[in-house]
Amino acid sequence: MITLNLGMTIVLAVLYSVGFYLLLQRSLMRILIGIVVLGHGANLLLQLVGGPPARAPVLGTAPPELFADPLPQALALTAIVITFAMTTYLLALGYRSWVLVGHDEVQDDVEDRRIAERERPEGSMSDDTADTGTDDDEDPGSAAASSEPAATGGRR
Amino acid sequence: MTTLVTLPVLLPILGAALTVIGSRSARLQRLIGIAVLAVVSAVAAVLLVVADRSGPIVAELGGWPAPVGIVLVADRLSALLLLISTLVTLAVLVYAIDQRITDYGRDTASTTFHPIFLLLSTGVSLAYLTGDLFSLFVAFEIMLAASYVLITRRTNASRIRSGMTYVIISLTSSLLFLTTIALVYAATGTVNLADLSARVAVLPPGLQTLLACMTIVTFGIKAAMVPLHFWLPDSYPNAPAPVTALFAGLLTKVGIYALLRTQTLVFPQDRPSALLLVLAALTMLVGALGALAQNDLNRLLSFLLVSHIGFMLFGLAVFDAAGVAGTALYVVHHITVQATLFLVSGLITRRTGTVAIDQMGGLAQRAPFLAVLFAVPALTLAGIPPTSGFVAKLALLQAGAAAGLSTALVAGVVIVASLLTLYAMVRVWIRVFWGTEKEPLPDADPADELVVGTAATSRPMYAATAGLVAVSLAIAAAAGPLSSVAGRAGVDLTDRLPYVTAVLR
Amino acid sequence: MTQQEQTPLTWNHWDEPEGEWMLPGECPVRTNRTLLLEMAARLLFPTVLVFSVYLLVVGHYAPGGGFAGGLVAGLAFVLRYIAGGGAEGAEIGTRLNLRPPLLVGLGLLLAVIAAFAPVAFGRPVLASAKYSADVPVLGHVDLVSSLVLDVGVYLLIIGVVLDLLRSLGSGIERDARESRP
Repeated sequence: MITLNLGMTIVLAVLYSVGFYLLLQRSLMRILIGIVVLGHGANLLLQLVGGPPARAPVLGTAPPELFADPLPQALALTAIVITFAMTTYLLALGYRSWVLVGHDEVQDDVEDRRIAERERPEGSMSDDTADTGTDDDEDPGSAAASSEPAATGGRR
Repeated sequence: MTTLVTLPVLLPILGAALTVIGSRSARLQRLIGIAVLAVVSAVAAVLLVVADRSGPIVAELGGWPAPVGIVLVADRLSALLLLISTLVTLAVLVYAIDQRITDYGRDTASTTFHPIFLLLSTGVSLAYLTGDLFSLFVAFEIMLAASYVLITRRTNASRIRSGMTYVIISLTSSLLFLTTIALVYAATGTVNLADLSARVAVLPPGLQTLLACMTIVTFGIKAAMVPLHFWLPDSYPNAPAPVTALFAGLLTKVGIYALLRTQTLVFPQDRPSALLLVLAALTMLVGALGALAQNDLNRLLSFLLVSHIGFMLFGLAVFDAAGVAGTALYVVHHITVQATLFLVSGLITRRTGTVAIDQMGGLAQRAPFLAVLFAVPALTLAGIPPTSGFVAKLALLQAGAAAGLSTALVAGVVIVASLLTLYAMVRVWIRVFWGTEKEPLPDADPADELVVGTAATSRPMYAATAGLVAVSLAIAAAAGPLSSVAGRAGVDLTDRLPYVTAVLR
Repeated sequence: MTQQEQTPLTWNHWDEPEGEWMLPGECPVRTNRTLLLEMAARLLFPTVLVFSVYLLVVGHYAPGGGFAGGLVAGLAFVLRYIAGGGAEGAEIGTRLNLRPPLLVGLGLLLAVIAAFAPVAFGRPVLASAKYSADVPVLGHVDLVSSLVLDVGVYLLIIGVVLDLLRSLGSGIERDARESRP
């Protein structure tokens, strides 16, 4: 069983907490950075579980007993590649969202918003939420529901 | 024989490469896609027969033996699921191709759809066949990356929101999975599943619980287990019908398979797991009750999907050979029937021009064949005898009733959830197929693949759906042999020895 | 001064190269150009490509490999894209007349074939064999059959990077240009 040293544990804790904090944000860009940071955290953890620092596991450069465990390094390399690909994809998605909707905000579930609107007292309903409210009453199907995010997005 | 095990993984990649190269010719792409999936189905059938007859088949990639090398293992469970998954993928591909042909008047070539579709199939096959935790992660990533593209392809302003939710949730669960792998490796020094089964057993119990819980959370998100299900009913309905059918049929089941494999092989228990029992009961009830509140046909089906994930969890939670066998049988049945229902929903939507149930009506007169196509899988899902759903549920109930008081109680929940499913399905039937005929809504955006509009349907689309209905009927007809294969798979899983000895030799 | 900034600067000036320097060709607006970077890219591009091939070949026994080599080669294309001002970045691969997806497909195909090839010799999938030879000038050379797989990965990665440049680089620039009033 491998145990980590305190310094690295703190670094990991910071990376993970920053990553999860950013994941909880609204903007896709912040979420993207959150995923990148979280990915770094996970990859660092993978590196650390290989044991204490040692020589690079390249044949012929050092006697094999001085080598670090190569497996976690291979795993981390694969994971880095995957995280890299996902980052690119999210960037493209953010751009697409920006082109289509005008912002890259990640919005609530349609149902959630509908319930939130239903629970809001009548008097406090502002003008622009009122029209989506009536839309919902007429047609609770997804035709109205699916046009709703676009409308909300336009207003923001 | 060992080469055969690698074919379900490598052939779709080969197909993806060829479809990218031949991306100018739509005919060629179509041919390659269908041919590859047909061959993989045949290979899976052979694997199932051989694995059932002479035990797990192990392929050591590059000739490196486990636990150092990467191994692909086809045992009864994985071969069974591989076979049914590939058949469903094939049917969905036929449906998707013909939806495109009907929508655009002719077959259009695309650089993305076919390669991505085949890569998704690669990911699913690799997830079933892989023998180590890290390859499972890679398999999930291939599968999910392909699914991200499929769910956001040709997206529009109203649908990009749900795509984002899906991508972010999946990425989070992937990173959790990566963390889990790191912790497992730190604790044991291996990622090979067969090797892990011996090495985890000697760890302190607290550590074992932590690792088991992390795998449950990771795979629970992918399988849409309550309370980690919230993303599913929000994102699945916003993809084109074939894509939704594929996701609903396969992706969540791969999560269930991963749970099944890791929990039985690495974290075995000798009595029912209280945590999983509670989660299973919650999943069944929340999903079924959520379905009753829906007016959107696809959302309703998505909630039912969540509910039935609970059924599969229940079999696992019982943690004996009978329970696990019940889950295996249920997965086989549910992959087929859920995909069929989403395909039928796509056909209904194209007839009525809406997904809102209260705007449909009287379809039974106008489209009697469609009514039959809906009725059979709907009754199957609810578990009316003599359908495959009944067979699978009976296996689960028997396992639950035999394992003690707590499991018997949750078996009661299974019956309640089945009744709620039946109620939801009957409601859909009455509102959509009976009643006064309503005029179909006009096509809002003919270029939109998630058709809300009266687009035409084609014969192959019906044929693909009918094919899947036939498969589910065949499962019911072959209930005897299938149950016994599932039973032997259950014994294998709880026994662990056949798998471990085959891999580690 | 402002007048001068707005007129497109073509290659007809004192800095006109003797041959074609960059595949992207001329840059329409003066502000999009950095002669320094163009010069550097001109020098670095072939060097980096050679280095990427080196990484590809040594990959079996030393740090490197198809993925690393492909990324380095991809970086060379990125550098050229940036130096070229991006105006014609989409056409980066046109001299070769290769669409990036085709490169991806070919790479993938090569990799899968390399994975299957050992089966023909009765070895397990993905197995590799080593051939040693004494070449007169190079000395002792070890060739590993998994190099073919690496070449596949190398092509695939270059294809992916080129595709990224096309869709996320010049594609976005084109969108921005078209939406500008």
